[in-house]
Formats: sequence, structure tokens, C-alpha cells
Amino acid sequence: MQRQKPVKFDFSGKLKDVPLPIAVPGNLLSINAGFRSFRPVIDNDKCAGCMMCYVMCPDGTIYKEGEALAIDYDYCKGCGICAEECKLKAIEMVPEE
Amino acid sequence: MAGYKDFISGDEAVAIGAKLARPEVIAAYPITPQTIVVERLSDFVEDGSLDCQYLHVESEHSAIMAVLGSEAMGSRSFTATSSQGLLYMVEGLPYVSGSRFPVVMMNANRAIAVPWSIYNDHNDSMFCMNSGWIQMYVEDAQEALDMVIQAYKIGENPKVMLPVMINVDGFLLTHTYELVEIPDQAEVDSFLPPYVTDHRMDLNDFKSVCIGVGPEYHTEFRYRQYHDFKYAVDAIAEVDREYGDKFGRYYGGMVEKYRMEDAEVVLVTVGSITSTARTVVDSMREEGKKVGLLKLRYLRPFPDEAFIGLSDNIKAIGVLDKNMSYGYEGTVYTNVNSALARREKRMPSLNFIAGLGGRAISREDIEEMFNQLLEYKGEAEADRVRFINLNLKEVEE
Amino acid sequence: MIDVRWYGRGGQGAFTAARILGRIMSVYKGGYALAYPSFGPERRGAPVWSFTRISDSKILDRSNPPVSDYLIILDETLIDDETFKVLKEDGLVIINTAEPEKYSELKFRTVCINATKMAQEYLGRPITNVAMIGAFAAASGLFEIEDGEKVLEDTFAPKLFVKNAALLKASYESVKGGK
Repeated sequence: MQRQKPVKFDFSGKLKDVPLPIAVPGNLLSINAGFRSFRPVIDNDKCAGCMMCYVMCPDGTIYKEGEALAIDYDYCKGCGICAEECKLKAIEMVPEE
Repeated sequence: MAGYKDFISGDEAVAIGAKLARPEVIAAYPITPQTIVVERLSDFVEDGSLDCQYLHVESEHSAIMAVLGSEAMGSRSFTATSSQGLLYMVEGLPYVSGSRFPVVMMNANRAIAVPWSIYNDHNDSMFCMNSGWIQMYVEDAQEALDMVIQAYKIGENPKVMLPVMINVDGFLLTHTYELVEIPDQAEVDSFLPPYVTDHRMDLNDFKSVCIGVGPEYHTEFRYRQYHDFKYAVDAIAEVDREYGDKFGRYYGGMVEKYRMEDAEVVLVTVGSITSTARTVVDSMREEGKKVGLLKLRYLRPFPDEAFIGLSDNIKAIGVLDKNMSYGYEGTVYTNVNSALARREKRMPSLNFIAGLGGRAISREDIEEMFNQLLEYKGEAEADRVRFINLNLKEVEE
Repeated sequence: MIDVRWYGRGGQGAFTAARILGRIMSVYKGGYALAYPSFGPERRGAPVWSFTRISDSKILDRSNPPVSDYLIILDETLIDDETFKVLKEDGLVIINTAEPEKYSELKFRTVCINATKMAQEYLGRPITNVAMIGAFAAASGLFEIEDGEKVLEDTFAPKLFVKNAALLKASYESVKGGK
């Protein structure tokens, strides 16, 4: 899966560096504002790979890294829906440091 | 240059021009007086003479969004509409132009409601002046056919990448039959090769369509859009020349001047009325009146140089607008005056409003316009907006 | 420049006739023509005007002619006091009628032809436009029957073409014969 990254245009003041507007993937993305109180942590030993957390995440932050599941904390808001939905209780909400 | 001649209507000419241009996708919704265009094109797709995906869409809004999508996949696309249909598409027009997809659209000029009318005027396309589309007007069915082919060459130029709206007067041209020379398909193919571009979606090279851009970068994207219209100016002249060289018909680029060399007054016309106006110039010239005609083919980009560079011998210039920007004046007039304002010496100008809602413009009406220009001494306080052939004897309340 | 005006009811082929004439004069005879109907929504039975403008050179004047050189009336029930105001004083009118005596007092050069009867005879249907075209060819001398036949061949399927070509010839002959 291709993870979107926030796009930073850098025209360096030159028109020739201003592309036609289908230039790059992702736009108007900014990373989360840092108000997360709890963050989800996946225990991959308990995880069966059903991908329900991925389906239910409102922000699409859960993805696969090889066989294991991972969470993109740049975009996770800590809503806890993934932990709530996981039938195997493989996700724990831990306080943000 | 082998083609053949046929007696066809403006709508049929557009359909044949579109067929020759080999679009890969057509998405269009029928509306009077454009219906024959889409009927003929679907006939061509049905009988196999046009290898193209014809999308049956349920509205003009869907039509423009469909061609936005197909162009985003790098497919040459065509659509056509008129009046209320064009207005229904309006939201999609800047999506296409801002995305820089070279869609070609034929618009059959027709009045817009309210009052509702199926007859010809230019209020529909004038409404869309700020759409970011290249906008041009044809004088007859031959020009309509030729311009559909030229429009793709202009729009698909890698530096231009802009959509083109070709305006064809409803009924006056769409439903009038005339002699048209239809170019040979092989000749058109060598003039207009298939559309190949990197400016499209690609599974191997991800891009985003319809991006959102905040205040920190938005202006720079808009500057790019504003700036690139100058490439359109160059492409228009170049393609006109190339088309003329190959098919024998030159149209003069953004404007055509008729008998203006020693003219004292000039009338600016847009669309089919230009033809009749030429005959009035000729007959008035025979009476010794020094009148001239300027055919304005493109409104966007606007040929301001043509107006700035007008001879100082011209005492007054009139602009015939088949439209009105209520609360002010005719739209072409506003654009012309903006260019005239940059002259060293002031050029007095008058705005003639005629032809609204399909009211016929007669030779006498055009003569009246020239006579008013000849009488006009250039007073700034004179009525500058003049309705021609208005059936009202009293307008004061 | 020659202006021909056709007057019929929607469904009688007044505009098809205008187009056929335009085609003959431009594509086949190497001249130029414009053909257009009275613009607007159409319905069967409603009065329809159509126009053919013919010239040797490219036609630029697209304005409506206030008076025409020829007036061809496909349906005489349309005739009223206003009808002939669109014909030039020295113009010629061709009327589809079974009673030519009705028009003997007309101030214009008049050609009468019972196109309805001829159409019924040759086509089995009262579609009179081809007969009126044949009458026009004979009355105006602008084109020969062979030119008309070529256009009909392009327009109609073979079986229909044969019938229409015969009708065209017959109507031409009947007017030429000074009927």
C-alpha cells in the first residue's frame, strides 16, 4: 500500500517549478495536530490478520508491513475505534507519553 | 487535400469534424439546437465508422464530469451542449480547465432562461467567460468543422493543455444547410496525431486528480494557468497556418479584418452575423462610405493587440453584442474597451445590442449600426449602449 | 442570387424539398446554396416556411429575404391575404392544386400542378415535395431533370428512388408541356 505523505510544494520562486495541478499524489494533507491522548498499539502475536481494524479506522491509518499490521501515527487521532472493534482484543489504547 | 463536398447543416459539420478528429470518448446530453450533433455521432459509433466510447449520461453535469474523467486517463474526449445545458455543466468547466485537460466542446449558442428561449443569442457562452476555457466563435459550417479538428491540435499542445469551447450559432448555423468541404480522414490523421500525454492518471506513477490547494500555494497555481494562455495565443496562430497550408483554408488567427485599411468606422462582430455584415460593408463601400469589419474569432485568449494597434484614422468602433451583462453593458464591449483603454489616443466606441432571443438581425439593422458610428462624434456622455430594432417607442417611465 | 421560398405543413416535406434543391444547385451543379427551415419546434400540420438561397458565388448574406423570387406552395389551404406578400412583383408562384382556375386572377406568373394527385399515383401517398421540385425545375430552368435524379438517388433507397424519379420526371414534363 502506498502511504500518502503531506506534499510540500517548493517553487523556489520559479514559475517553471509550478507544475500542472495533477502533479503529485496527496495534497492538503497535514499530519495530526498532536492532541492525541491515547495511542493504539497492536499486539501482532494476538492479531489474526482479519483486517477489521483497517476497515473501521476512519482515517485509514492502519496498514500492512509484510505480514504484520502497523499504524501510521502521523495520522492516527487516537479515537480508539480499532481497539473497540478488535474481537481478539489485540489492540490496546496506551496513554500518550 | 482530397476531400469531398457535401450539403450539410452546421450540426452535421460539427459531428463530422468530431468524427475526423477521432475522439476516444464522447459524453454528451442532447439539447436543442445541438441534438443533431449527438444524434449523428451516435450513428457513427453505431455503424462502426467512429471507433469511440459513447457514454450515455443522464445530464450535462454528468457529461462534463465524464469527459473530465476520461481526459484524466489520457483519452481524447468530446462533448457538446447549449444554453441551459452549458449552465448545468458550469461547475465542471473550471474543473476541466484548472486540471488542464484539453477537452473540446461544441456549444450551440442559445438564449438562457428566464425568459426561456430555444433561439439564438450569445448569453450562454458569455456567461462562461471566466471558465478558463479557450473560447472561440465560428462564422459558418465550414469553419465549425475545421475548428473541431484545429481545437484538439491547439488544446493538446503540451505547453497549452487547455480545453476549447467552439461556439456555433444555434439554428442560424446549426440548422442551416450549406456547402461544406469535408477533408479526407488520412489527411486529418497526419495533421492531428493521436493524443499522447504524461498528464494523466497512471498506476505506475501516482498522481492526484482534482487536488485541493490552500492559500500558501493556490495563487502560484493560478498564475501558471493565467500565464499559459500566452502559449495558446501562439498555438492558435500556428495551427491556423498549418491547417491552411494543408487544407487550403486560413482563418486569420484570433481576428480577421475586412476592408479596414482605410476605414473610418469599424464594427466588431462575433459568429455568423459576420457573414451578413460583410455584404453590408460591401454595399456601403459602393456608396462611398468608409466602413470596415473586424471579425472577433477568439474571446479567450482575448486579442487585445488587435485593438491596441488599430489605426488612428478610425473615428469610432462599434461592438455588436448578442448578449448583455445586466447592470452594465455587452460583454464583448467590456473586453474591447479594456484593450482600447491602453491606446495612446482614445478610441470612441459604441455598444450595439441586437439579436437577443433569436430576433433576426437584418442588413438594414447593420447599416443602422454603421450609420450611427458615422454620425457619432465621440462625445463621452452619449448613450453608449444602444439596442437595435427594439420594439419600444418610449423607454422613459 | 435567387431566393426560393417553400410553404407547406409540417410532415409534407417542405424543408426536405428546400434541402434537395440546395443540394442539386451546390453539390451537383457546382454553385452555392443555403437551405434552412423556419426555426423552432416542429409539429405535423403546422405551417412551415423553408428557404433555399442559390448563387454562383459563396453566399454570405444570411439574412431573411423579405421577398423571394419563387414561392412554392405545397398546400393551398395555407393561402390567405398575407401569403403573396413574400413574393417579388416579377416573381413566380407554383401552387399544388386541383383547381387552377381559382388562381387565374393572380397578379403573379403562376404555375399550377396537381402534385397531390401525381404523388398519389406514383408513390401511393400524398407526399408532394418531389413533384413540386420537378415543377420548379421546369418553371425555373435552373436545373435539368438528370441533376434532380442524382440527388434523389442519394436520398432514397432503390425502390423508393425509382418511384420518386418517375414522379420527378412526370411533374417536370407536365409543367414543361405548358399544362
